[in-house]
Amino acid sequence: MTTGREAPPKARPRSPGRGVPLALLVPALVGLAFLLVPLLALLLRAPWRSLPEQLASPEVWQALRLSLFCATAATALSLVVGVPLAWLLARTDFPGRGLVRALVTLPLVLPPVVGGVALLLALGRNGVVGQWLDAWFGVTLPFTTAGVVLAETFVAMPFLVISVEGTLRAADPRFEEAAATLGASRFTAFRRVTLPLIAPGIAAGAVLAWARALGEFGATITFAGNFPGRTQTMPLAVYLALQNDPAAAIALSLVLLAVSIAVLAGLRDHWMRTV
Amino acid sequence: MPKIPETLPGPAGAVPGPAPEGLDARLVVDRGTFRLDVALTAAPGDVVALLGPNGAGKTTALRALAGLAPLTAGHLRLDGAELHRTPPESRPVGVVFQDYLLFPHLTALDNVAFGPRCRGAGKAEARARAAAWLDRMGLAEHAGTRPRHLSGGQAQRVALARALATHPRLLLLDEPLAALDARTRLEVRAQLRRHLAAFEAVAVLVTHDPLDAMVLADRLVVVERGRIVQEGTPSDIARHPRTGYIAQLVGLNLYRGQADGHTVRLDAGPAVSTTEDLSGPAFVAFPPGAVTLYRDRPTGSSARNLWRCAVAGLETHGDQIRAELTGELSLAADLTTVAAAELDLRPGAPVWAAVKATQTHAYPA
Repeated sequence: MTTGREAPPKARPRSPGRGVPLALLVPALVGLAFLLVPLLALLLRAPWRSLPEQLASPEVWQALRLSLFCATAATALSLVVGVPLAWLLARTDFPGRGLVRALVTLPLVLPPVVGGVALLLALGRNGVVGQWLDAWFGVTLPFTTAGVVLAETFVAMPFLVISVEGTLRAADPRFEEAAATLGASRFTAFRRVTLPLIAPGIAAGAVLAWARALGEFGATITFAGNFPGRTQTMPLAVYLALQNDPAAAIALSLVLLAVSIAVLAGLRDHWMRTV
Repeated sequence: MPKIPETLPGPAGAVPGPAPEGLDARLVVDRGTFRLDVALTAAPGDVVALLGPNGAGKTTALRALAGLAPLTAGHLRLDGAELHRTPPESRPVGVVFQDYLLFPHLTALDNVAFGPRCRGAGKAEARARAAAWLDRMGLAEHAGTRPRHLSGGQAQRVALARALATHPRLLLLDEPLAALDARTRLEVRAQLRRHLAAFEAVAVLVTHDPLDAMVLADRLVVVERGRIVQEGTPSDIARHPRTGYIAQLVGLNLYRGQADGHTVRLDAGPAVSTTEDLSGPAFVAFPPGAVTLYRDRPTGSSARNLWRCAVAGLETHGDQIRAELTGELSLAADLTTVAAAELDLRPGAPVWAAVKATQTHAYPA
């Protein structure tokens, strides 16, 4: 051949759909099944026929209302003190900042029951701080609804702080400098520039904290006890019901599952998309 | 406490007059192994360009003036007031940042109103002032636009309006044209020049682009490795570079004149043919390297711009020689030492200088 126009060797279809190695696929599917089967079981064994009756009981709604209220209050409390704390960690330099950050994240890894015990020792009637609250203001926190909120805040706030701090670190601090050159004090710059810029991160952190607070069990039952109508949140009600009325426990669990799925859907719709 | 008599006998110069207007600063900033030490003075209405290579300390100087970087030593006085301990939010200083830093969550109007709001104006008043500034910048119809929907040139003007809306006594611009593409740059540079010319207080801009510096500023301060190596008017510096860096940096012949089509009639005498089609006041610039020199009037040359000159001076920069020419047009020409020897250039020698129209660059003044 002398044409010199030989067709270039066809690029061999070098396995465009390269197979997923079994060594990865099998554990992955096992993991997925492990996450989904219990939820499926919940749906399969749900007493669908008696469900309306179960859900009609005032105890369920009492527990749900209390759960939603306490989780929301804990989230609000976390926002009020957690966002400034995140700002402090992200934007200022003080000695021991690394240690402070480690302490802030400690409740993330601490068993919640231990958190509850610690709260009792601090804020209990004879606690380090609690005795003064009692003596000076007549305020007792353990075994009250306020106690539930505090226990949930203790466990949930680190989620918010970590999330907001990460967003703050990713946000360009020069916007705050630009605000300063326009006459904004550091607080004004934070309020009018930084806060709107990191709003998606704050919202994501708030949802994480809210979900964590909603499911809180260990710290709540340790610090606030299990009094229906006052401190008995949904997780506590589920646990108690499981002892004597498994059908009721399943019904309560379904309600919590529905709330969780609704939150997840709302999360996707609102900012998962834009992030 | 003994009272000091109001009228002290003494030289008239000792009587304190009104506070000196403008900027009087010596900025010393230590940053690890780098030390910035520059002295800057400027009168109201001056536009000073800090020119220098990357890492020379220009932006650090700007940040120090704005209060965003603390001074290690030195002083900073603006209209007689000591500012070096004043936090940035209390300084009468406006900054146009390199990438503008417009607040992405606010409209153009609210970006400009931000400063007046922070300085105590009510919401309605701040917005009215902002609207007036946007109008002045020709941006009235973009008042409700978010920064990400503005073009580069528009964003630059919003940033300028935002900085000016607080009525600063010192306006700082950090690489004001660096974020723009070449076409927008020409247009925005001309607009910026007009706005800076109208600005009544001190303006300091930082740039690494000699053309920007020469067009926008009355005075150049060249900074290298944290020190001022030369300062003066653009033409001063272009004609008498003291370091190889400046010679390269401001390697431009720059003239002002009246454009009519492809010709710019210079205030200084002859006309220059250009490729750009303009009318009205215009600048023409060409680098000294674009100039070709001849001993005798060239016959075959296609260059339309041909001037009869005489050598006024010669300076060596590395293997280049810069010839200062006077005559029909004063200009600088760069040539190799070999070419200079062949032409037998020496002070006073007559010479023809030619520049192709394609090597010139004309733009509105």
